[in-house]
Amino acid sequence: MPASAPAALAHHFDSREQQREAASLGMWVFLVTEIMFFGGLFAAYVVFRSAFPGAFAAASLRLDVLLGTTNTAVLIASSLTMALAVRGAQRGRRATVVLFLVLTMVLGSVFLGIKLHEYHEKFVEHVVPGAGFRFPGPGAGHAQMFFVLYFAMTGLHALHMIVGLGVLTVMLVLAARGRVSAEYYNPIECAGLYWHFVDIVWIFLFPLLYLVGRHG
Amino acid sequence: MTGAHAETGAPPRTHYLNASYGIRSWLLTTDHKRIGILYLISVTFFFAIGGLMAVLIRLELATPQGDLFQADVYNRLFTMHGIMMIFFFLIPSIPAVLGNFLIPIMVGARDLAFPRLNLFSWYLFNLGGLFTIWALVHGGVDTGWTFYTPYSTTYANTHVIATALGIFIAGFSSILTGLNFVVTIHRMRAPGLTWFRLPLFVWSLYATSLIIILGTPVLAITLLLLAAERIVHVGIFDPALGGDPLLFQHLFWFYSHPAVYIMVLPAMGVVSEIVPAFARKKIFGYRFIAYASVALAVLSFLVWGHHMFVAGMSIYAATVFSALSMLVAVPSAVKVFNWTATLYQGSVSWETPMLYALGFIGLFTMGGLTGVMLATLGIDVHVHDTYFIIAHFHYIMVGGAIMGYLGGLHYWWPKITGKLYSRFWSRISAMVIFIGFNVTFFPQFILGYLGMPRRYHAYPPEFQVLNVMSSAGATILGVGYVIPLVYFIWSMRYGRDASSNPWGVVGLEWETTSPPPTENFETTPVVTRGPYEYPHRQEDPGAR
Repeated sequence: MPASAPAALAHHFDSREQQREAASLGMWVFLVTEIMFFGGLFAAYVVFRSAFPGAFAAASLRLDVLLGTTNTAVLIASSLTMALAVRGAQRGRRATVVLFLVLTMVLGSVFLGIKLHEYHEKFVEHVVPGAGFRFPGPGAGHAQMFFVLYFAMTGLHALHMIVGLGVLTVMLVLAARGRVSAEYYNPIECAGLYWHFVDIVWIFLFPLLYLVGRHG
Repeated sequence: MTGAHAETGAPPRTHYLNASYGIRSWLLTTDHKRIGILYLISVTFFFAIGGLMAVLIRLELATPQGDLFQADVYNRLFTMHGIMMIFFFLIPSIPAVLGNFLIPIMVGARDLAFPRLNLFSWYLFNLGGLFTIWALVHGGVDTGWTFYTPYSTTYANTHVIATALGIFIAGFSSILTGLNFVVTIHRMRAPGLTWFRLPLFVWSLYATSLIIILGTPVLAITLLLLAAERIVHVGIFDPALGGDPLLFQHLFWFYSHPAVYIMVLPAMGVVSEIVPAFARKKIFGYRFIAYASVALAVLSFLVWGHHMFVAGMSIYAATVFSALSMLVAVPSAVKVFNWTATLYQGSVSWETPMLYALGFIGLFTMGGLTGVMLATLGIDVHVHDTYFIIAHFHYIMVGGAIMGYLGGLHYWWPKITGKLYSRFWSRISAMVIFIGFNVTFFPQFILGYLGMPRRYHAYPPEFQVLNVMSSAGATILGVGYVIPLVYFIWSMRYGRDASSNPWGVVGLEWETTSPPPTENFETTPVVTRGPYEYPHRQEDPGAR
């Protein structure tokens, strides 16, 4: 961001409105690329789940659905606080923005903490793909495929959460220094779009991974 | 890079090239025009490496015996040729060099929407190239540019991960460029510049950007999974571990078929600019060409299966992919017919860019028609993995994309550098390249049809005559590529100064000075008409 006045207008834009629209469209287009990026993994999931439905259901039962549900609630709550932060920015209320950004970051960290705990449990239970993988029954190889996808998808998602926390830290600094105002709040708005996107990815991951074996 | 301008005596005008000096002013620039030139240097370098590999390949194939290289060295040569040319030359060439330079000017803006992102993507691109060159220097990679599994995940003993990582990184550079173009075209157009007043070059790069945005991330995740499988030995693609090698091919071609259109759509855009310029005539069927670009972008995502007809796909899927692939011929033909119709009753002049554009139309038509042949299941199964395929896609990529790129470079060179190059030598080079190209690749159609397989360093002796022809043609082609390099560099130092509109054509980019000022225009232009408004020739009845 240009280190000048809060209502910074870069030299190549004609108006603040144009700059805001460009930033927002840029973020949306970026999110489209993210959808395609995750889309490859979802395609792999569809292929292997339809190939090995039994093994996927059995492997899915090994995930902790309580922790998964808790994390879903935590993320949805963080989306709410993020939306409130953006609203605060639009109204130029610095304290509100700072408060809700901090809350969002706390919730994001809680999510990552729970995720880390789950990963640790999987290590202890020897269901991490690789040489140490142990799974009872004949479908062990196919169950391993489930865990490959589990770690790839939630790992990539967690990576996006970590990046999101970094982005929110920058936003926090900007907001605390008064660089955000009712006239210039694009950065917070774009960070919000990103955060909501990462949440929505989880909304898809949760049923696909945690609830496969529990619907009947 | 500063060009001589002292002889005129007048105080030198300030433009983007002399606005500031020093290596920092280039490496930290956010000016889209300077970044375009940085890309020009990078892609020329990668083209030279890829070209060197091609020289070695053709040298080996001059004799039937595998006498110059061993088979596994040859594997590395054609792999690196493909990777360098596709990911580091063809895909970035027109968008990142000409698109970067021209799109903001053509839409009447002062820069792309995200100038720093633009510079960042140049660094990403070179970082990706560095990884790939590291792999090359440390022994190369032998999987073919397609990285088919399980060969690439389990059996190949070469630098697969470094190369894949290089392509992964370069892919993000390409994504960011596409994103920048889309936002710029949507949000930065000058007052009065409606969608149907945009030059067709902008339309085709818009379509290209859509493909980049939708396709490249899929390649990225695919390469990531490939690397994961290779490092952790989990079977996503390895059938021995329950994985599916066809899944890799589907994901890979989901990007890599549309990538063909990333390469050729921008070249079509260039031709759509050059043809009306040197026919001095409004382009025929503007809207059809614009829509055809978008149609090609959409169709490009529906035809990837035609790369997999012999890979174990159901006959129903193959039939559907075959039919969809033939549909691609429709928007392609719309373009070719419209360019040709533009020539009709135009006052055609044989300037260098026009020679390249006409070369493009002819060679692209050859490549396109053989593409329809290959979309047919029976023929594709028959000539699969033969030189027929090699010839077909080189007609599209070399005959199409590179002719377009060179045509565009010749057309806009006076604008980019403010200098004129040798008219004589440039026309010679266009002819040499056209002849060299055909001598190189036409014999390969015949070789392929006779059954010569691709990817082998030795072949039966009865194929030698045609192979020697092909290698001889490659020599001519190589000379053809060196000539422009010489006179372009020459022109920067010794060329005459170009006026703001040396070709006497219409278009926003010709209304600003050559080279343009840093902000592109003194004042933001207001557009009141379409891009190809040439006067009608009715007042000149005796012309034909």
